[in-house]
Amino acid sequence: MATHPRRAAMKTETLHDFTSRSRAATADGEQRKKFRSAMDFLIGKRAAQFPDTAQWTALRESGQQIRQRALARLPDLLAQFEKKAQQNGMTVHWAETPQEANQIIHGILQQQQARTLIKGKSMVSEEIELNHYLQTHSIKALESDMGEFIVQLADEKPSHIIMPAIHKSKQEIATLFAAEIDDTAYTEDVDELIQIGRQALRRQFLNADAGLSGVNFAIAETGTLCLVENEGNGRLSTSVPRVHIAITGIEKMLENLADLPPLLTLLTRSATGQPITTYVNLISGPRRTDEQDGPEEVHIVLLDNGRSQAYADVQLRQTLQCIRCGACMNHCPVYTRIGGHAYGTTYPGPIGSIISPHLLGLEETRDLPSASTLCGACGDVCPVKIPIPELLLRLRVENVTRAGTKDHQEVMRGQGAKYRLSEKLAWQAWSLVNVKPALYLASRRSVTGLRHLIPSAKSWTQVRVMPKIAPQSLHELIKAHQEKKS
Amino acid sequence: MSAREHILAKLYNSRDQAGWPVPMALEITPPQPSSAAEKCAQLKAMMAAVHTEIYELSSENWPGKVTELMHAKHLKNLLIAPQTATGRQLQDSWPSEGPVLKYYQQQERWKEELFFSVDAALTGCRSAVAETGSLVLWPTPAEPRLMSLVPPVHFVVLDSRNIYATLPEVMQAENWAAAMPTNALLISGPSKTADIQQTLAYGAHGPKELVLLIIA
Amino acid sequence: MHSNSSIYLFGTCVVDLFFPQAGISALKILEREGIQVSYPQAQSCCGQPAYTSGYLDDARRVALAQIAAFPGEAPIVVLSGSCAGMMKHHYPTLFSGMPEETSVLQFSARIIEFTAYLVEVLNIQLQDLGPAESVALHTSCTARREMGTLHTGRELLRRLKHIDLKIHDHESECCGFGGTFSVRHPDISAAMVQDKTAALRQCGASKVVSADCGCLLNITGALQKQQGEPDHKVPFAGLHIAELIWQRTRGEPL
Repeated sequence: MATHPRRAAMKTETLHDFTSRSRAATADGEQRKKFRSAMDFLIGKRAAQFPDTAQWTALRESGQQIRQRALARLPDLLAQFEKKAQQNGMTVHWAETPQEANQIIHGILQQQQARTLIKGKSMVSEEIELNHYLQTHSIKALESDMGEFIVQLADEKPSHIIMPAIHKSKQEIATLFAAEIDDTAYTEDVDELIQIGRQALRRQFLNADAGLSGVNFAIAETGTLCLVENEGNGRLSTSVPRVHIAITGIEKMLENLADLPPLLTLLTRSATGQPITTYVNLISGPRRTDEQDGPEEVHIVLLDNGRSQAYADVQLRQTLQCIRCGACMNHCPVYTRIGGHAYGTTYPGPIGSIISPHLLGLEETRDLPSASTLCGACGDVCPVKIPIPELLLRLRVENVTRAGTKDHQEVMRGQGAKYRLSEKLAWQAWSLVNVKPALYLASRRSVTGLRHLIPSAKSWTQVRVMPKIAPQSLHELIKAHQEKKS
Repeated sequence: MSAREHILAKLYNSRDQAGWPVPMALEITPPQPSSAAEKCAQLKAMMAAVHTEIYELSSENWPGKVTELMHAKHLKNLLIAPQTATGRQLQDSWPSEGPVLKYYQQQERWKEELFFSVDAALTGCRSAVAETGSLVLWPTPAEPRLMSLVPPVHFVVLDSRNIYATLPEVMQAENWAAAMPTNALLISGPSKTADIQQTLAYGAHGPKELVLLIIA
Repeated sequence: MHSNSSIYLFGTCVVDLFFPQAGISALKILEREGIQVSYPQAQSCCGQPAYTSGYLDDARRVALAQIAAFPGEAPIVVLSGSCAGMMKHHYPTLFSGMPEETSVLQFSARIIEFTAYLVEVLNIQLQDLGPAESVALHTSCTARREMGTLHTGRELLRRLKHIDLKIHDHESECCGFGGTFSVRHPDISAAMVQDKTAALRQCGASKVVSADCGCLLNITGALQKQQGEPDHKVPFAGLHIAELIWQRTRGEPL
């Protein structure tokens, strides 16, 4: 399979050039149709799983409570998990940064003299850009989730955290497979395409020196990793090779096994509208001496990468409740219009806009907190009740407020990235106009008083006419009306 | 300071926050009482909805059904676990003609054979969950985990007495938290994917067919 | 809330400047119901633009000015669900833990959105004098989620017996206004309003009503821009629900 230089080129693009990427995305009518129909499909599937409002309300309440209880004791649970996992024969590694995580994984692979790594789906491995790192160290990392496999073959990145290749039509995939996979004829038959993928990956599972997976939940009580999937590639990646490496963010801890079932059902129903996925894989250790298969070594990499920063603020900590179901992006009118790539981050959509600033800093993600109309659809469907709009608002505050000013504490990297004195003064002027009745009345025809309503004419009038200020304001009309009456 | 110490120190420093709720442990509400027949019916409905082929059989006649299905599906061989009661029963009644039985092996070449030459496998299962239509498998030394994953067809034998209403119920009844195996699995249907244009396709990487034999 | 014969009207800055006829219609409807309406001249904006832009101090300053402009205990009827949501649900957040919190909470408790006031407090009965017509309803996201006014908006239209309410595709989806969102992300906002107007045009209605003038600014702006385009020969109007009600029930010209 060929590799392309395109991914490297993408890295040089500035991450915060959100505007030009979203412009290109909205101009792509075909892509918009694809996302609209895919999102409608997922919205419908999810809705069918939660027909009873009272039940949904109770279930997400317990989902929220489980996650909040776990986060209340997060460091304790991490220590407990580590101890149990070690007792179970697994090795636990800690990484503060993507660089450290990559080095740890590379180190494990070097020790195994591994040249190939087969991967189950892991968004955290996308977050640290593991494949790229390993490639520069002559280790081939191969994605085995069908969606991820397609995306890797096309040298792209996932556009959705649950359905990575959602931006591609079957025709595009047919073309891709015919061009990139040996002895493959063009076919648009989805069953055939999946069988082509299966065959292409079969030997890779068998021959890979090591396997890597993500983690959906880590259970402190038992030292267990829970992985959910439909395809079986996750199970293959974690049981065929001699070594299994699991990578997870530190926030994925659950206190005990009994906490798992409610979250499992919230996750699969919210994500893909399934009562449960085909496989729920609970891994609590490497193979025992008498077992005939399973990995001989299991390594777990616990990654911080900004999560402890979110943890330190009582409001922002709610971000870490996330169980990565993707429902917020499925229901987001912005995500639906621009797709996942436009965000330029590993995690797109509403959840991405509140988590990415912690992972990458606000400077790199400065346009994301405002990339929402605050319509509230994301918050409504969140199975663990993360108040996403409220957190977006909070990040907007951090975006325009510099740390250290007027007892404003430092809470995150890149704070004040959008601070501009001119804008600050403009809002001050605006507020002045709106608190002084005389000024308000006088300024109603001047543009200064209205700059928040009539911004740059050009961007507004692309698709709309300029609103006309009425000859007489309501203030004036009512005054006249009342005078007439008396 | 190591990364571990640094991360934990940061988290411990900010762990206790006024205003962060500390909810009580989850109260597990026992499922609505339901009869064995209801649970079995629900399991069948849920599993059929995800493309599982289901047969209700007796403890005597099920091996015959497996033979019959092997022929009907044109399968040439069947991987079994002879040290399990299920495997033994099947082995004892297996006809000398027709599809052959295979056994897990330790040689390096076995994996190659498992991946490319085994048509089907038969395993038992520990229990099942009616609510989600899931089979509980705890692979053992006698019945390794790849049996339920690599061959294209997976036959599972379930004792109908082991059907529970919900996942919390089975976890509690079987006291999972006390001693988890290296690998515990819930299997709900054959392998599938909808990664290409939301179109459902079976047999992505695991078995394309899941055949459930419920023993009354 | 019980029916009070004396209320305040909060017009909102958008109505004040761009849709004063909506405000006058609302006033006349309320007066016809025997309500005594006060309109404090010191009112301006609810402060939402600053609030959603991250300028909380400026939002607070403006909020306090509104609170000062509406003394006493009379209910405050707000002509836009989004502004009502700001005043009812976000003012308390904005002043949480501050000395003003108690008085802010008292103020917020008095806020009621216009359609909710007509239906839930007045249980208004409408005599529809207009011709048969098909109408679509757009409810702002805040109004729908924070104020529950989808229900009251629909109920009002139901009480106009010659109105045929049409439900458009993706009715619950945001129109793309989002206050400063339309400024900061004009391309995404444009894509959203184009989809919204297309759905409205396809639903069989001849006009759209809303109790949210921010959305109306966006939607009617787009509808007017489209007018005369090859696919859009038939004009498609948009107006505040108060205007529609007044027009269809009035005994006198506006």
